[in-house]
Amino acid sequence: MKALIKLAAILFALCFAASTLAAADIEANTPGVTALKQSMQARHAQLAGYYASGAVGLTADGLIAVRDANAIPLASRQAANALVAAENQDRNALYAEIAQANGHPEWQGEIRSTFAQRWIQRRQPGWWVQSGGVWTQK
Amino acid sequence: MDKTWVVLPVAGVVLAACVTINIYFPAAAAEKAADKIIDEVWQMQKSGKPGTNPEAPHTTDTVKETK
Repeated sequence: MKALIKLAAILFALCFAASTLAAADIEANTPGVTALKQSMQARHAQLAGYYASGAVGLTADGLIAVRDANAIPLASRQAANALVAAENQDRNALYAEIAQANGHPEWQGEIRSTFAQRWIQRRQPGWWVQSGGVWTQK
Repeated sequence: MDKTWVVLPVAGVVLAACVTINIYFPAAAAEKAADKIIDEVWQMQKSGKPGTNPEAPHTTDTVKETK
C-alpha cells in the first residue's frame, strides 16, 4: 500500500521534471538541422537577389514561391524555379526534422507556422509576402 | 486495503495530467529556435557587427534573455 503511494509520488515527480524540461526548450541542434541550415545558407546567396527584385517572395506557410517570373531573365528562369523547389524541400525537411528531434512529429505544423511568422517578420524591406493569395511588400 | 481503489485512480489522473502537460507546444522556445536558424540562414548577424553599426550596442539587450 505504501509502496503504491510512493510509486505515485515518484511518477508525479518524474512527470513534473520531464514536463518542465520539455516545455523549456526546443531541440534544434541535430546533425540533420545543421546540414539543412548550411544548405539553405548557401542557397540564400542566390535567392537574396530574387527576394530583393520581387521575383520570389515568402509564403504564409513558411515556404517561398515565384511571385513575378518576368523579373527573372528568361535564361535563368528554369534555374530560379529549381532554386525555389530545392529551398522548399529543405524548409519542409527542416520543420519535420525539428519536430522529430523533439519527439513530437505532430508539432510539425506549429513549428512551420512559427517559422512562417518569423521569416515574414524578419525579412528585409522590399521583400514580398503572400498571404491569402495576395502579395504585399514590406 | 480499500485504499488501493483511491491510489490507483489518483495515479492514473496524475499520469494523464503529465501527458497533457507534455503535449503543449513550447511556442516561446520554438520562436527563439526559429530566430537562431533564420539568423544563420539569412546571415543577419553580420549587420550587427560592432563598429560597422553605431546602433549595435543598443540592440543587444533585446537579444539577451535570461532563462
